[in-house]
Amino acid sequence: MARPIRILVAKAGLDGHDRGAKVIARALRDAGFEVIYTGLHQTPEQVVEAAIQEDVDGIGLSVLSGAHMTLFPRIKELLVGEGASDIVLFGGGTIPNEDVKPLLAAGVAGVFTPGTPMATIVDFVRRECGKRVGA
Amino acid sequence: MSEKKTKQRQPHGNGAAHARDGKIAGQELWQAQFEAAPKRPGAVDRTISDHPLKPLYGPEDLAGVDYERDLSFPGQFPYTRGIHATMYRSRLWTMRQFAGFGTAKQTNERFHFLLSQGQTGLSVAFDMPALMGYDSDHPRALGEVGKCGVAIATLQDMQDLFAGIDLGRISTSMTINCTAPIALAMYIATAEAQGVPAERLSGTLQADMLKEYIAQKEWIYPPEPSMRIITDMMAYCSKHVPKWNTISISGYHIREAGSTAVQELAFTLADGFAYVEAGIAAGLDVDDFAPRLSFFFNAHSDFFEEIAKYRAARRIWARHMRERFKARNPRSWTLRFHTQTAGCSATAQQAENNIMRVAFQALSAVLGGTQSLHTNSLDEVLALPTEENAQLALRTQQIMAYETGVANVIDPLGGSYYVEKLTSDMEAGAENYFERIAELGGVIPAIHAGFFQKEIADASYRYQREIESGDRIIVGVNDFVQEEAEQIALLKIDRAVELEQCARVKAFREARDGEVTKAALARLAAAAQTDENLMPHYLDCVKSKATLGEISEALVPIFGRYREASVI
Repeated sequence: MARPIRILVAKAGLDGHDRGAKVIARALRDAGFEVIYTGLHQTPEQVVEAAIQEDVDGIGLSVLSGAHMTLFPRIKELLVGEGASDIVLFGGGTIPNEDVKPLLAAGVAGVFTPGTPMATIVDFVRRECGKRVGA
Repeated sequence: MSEKKTKQRQPHGNGAAHARDGKIAGQELWQAQFEAAPKRPGAVDRTISDHPLKPLYGPEDLAGVDYERDLSFPGQFPYTRGIHATMYRSRLWTMRQFAGFGTAKQTNERFHFLLSQGQTGLSVAFDMPALMGYDSDHPRALGEVGKCGVAIATLQDMQDLFAGIDLGRISTSMTINCTAPIALAMYIATAEAQGVPAERLSGTLQADMLKEYIAQKEWIYPPEPSMRIITDMMAYCSKHVPKWNTISISGYHIREAGSTAVQELAFTLADGFAYVEAGIAAGLDVDDFAPRLSFFFNAHSDFFEEIAKYRAARRIWARHMRERFKARNPRSWTLRFHTQTAGCSATAQQAENNIMRVAFQALSAVLGGTQSLHTNSLDEVLALPTEENAQLALRTQQIMAYETGVANVIDPLGGSYYVEKLTSDMEAGAENYFERIAELGGVIPAIHAGFFQKEIADASYRYQREIESGDRIIVGVNDFVQEEAEQIALLKIDRAVELEQCARVKAFREARDGEVTKAALARLAAAAQTDENLMPHYLDCVKSKATLGEISEALVPIFGRYREASVI
């Protein structure tokens, strides 16, 4: 039997809005995944370090401060630099539609804007991060 | 009416209409008709906060309510019906739109615009670095400068923010917490440079650290030294800035974090009582500082529940202040509050619908007797508001104030069977939470135990599952969905803002006498190791051109840095 999918739910930057991160963490846990939550105010370096240490299959990043165009690409860059680009980076927050494409182009595998059902994110994780478990 | 009279009173005062078993004529018929009829599906039998609802309220729901004891007249204890005898007949609420983005100069332009449009008070939104104690050029500030508020790192920034605005004539609210003493010191110094003495300043500082640990999560030091800083500010302001509201005890962020209405009410008032206890423990007379405490609540979408919440808040505060804390000044008994419509209720889908949500929410705040109000802009779910959307939000308040007539009668829902019952339920629910918090040893031990955080996370997850299951409909999100071509135009904060602001901070540091700054910071750190009031030292640092980040950092070796034990 394959091991359960492991996800790091992360809050990077200075914003303290953790409602979404916590709701998603619970939804992923209830879906049978192993969930680790970084807690607030992590630097991109801390997020990537935790992801590698915990050997997660995906990082779910929550940003509600408007700094998403800085934080997502920085974390992707660090993952690549650490040879961990197989860790699936996805996330959400107060992200306008027009920023979704550039984030996807920067290597973010999934961007979930406000109002996305939890089930959509659970399905995404099962599909995308499940590949890594199967491999 | 007295308790005795209440017992003798006939429902509706009509003996003839009174049937067997205490039932009113028609009640059984209604009950039978109601039960026989089909009902709408979904969460119609409970509020958005999961509070159970009957389909109809009646005289029996007022049975325990004593007019003089529980409601009384506006301006009279326990202030359930309002804190002023006249309420909006004398003066409308203050229309205070929260604003801040980019550099101090950009926000200053928005302030001038809002004042020219009839806004009657200012409210400053700071960016994340300023809220967390980092200068704009700190590595941790990368990507956050000027994004969700105005970038303020130096006294020069504060002076630019208020350029051309007479601080002796306007009242200013500043939403800032762990760095609140620095913002206050900068504001006082800015006013002094304009020739306005501190005793003439009026405004509000949020400075509510307890709710930071509970919900908003912006902090530097642990709760205990944070409480000391707050009591220092209360003591300082009661002497030197007497018209300043030193703390705005905030439920807004607790609600935004996902709490229920009762949790918002209970946790906020519990925080308020904790500040009162801290002030008394610091040797202050309760009546010296309690009149300057103010509150800040959320206006969420469940219309009547919100109105009941505001009414209950006034009653609870009055009772506890008079009976438990023995305050003698009626101003210590009155709960004054600001309201903001619920950001978390706004949807990105069909964003124009947010205009309607905001209008209903704002109406609940006014029917609940708010002293000031911020109406959210339709685009705030995705970005800071554009000028056009900020104006529309202000117009929403003006239409309500001048066209609907809702401000012409005081507490117009007072006496409503439903609203009075819900008000009593809210009070009872809050009292229940006060007991649980006391059992944990008080607010700070309950924070350390993760009590509030867990309660809120549970409530927000329940709510999310209700939406997911379709039990609760959010228009445009899980029903009435439509394909949208293009998203509304949003305010963009250019990357150039960050570069410009970082250059300004560097230039400010280079232009000052570094030795003078260093000496002031050392005096602040030394004072922190004694019982001395820190506020004069914060002022000294600001006037010696220390930056917000430097002042914050200077106290870390003494107070430590807070780390949250996260729970999911």
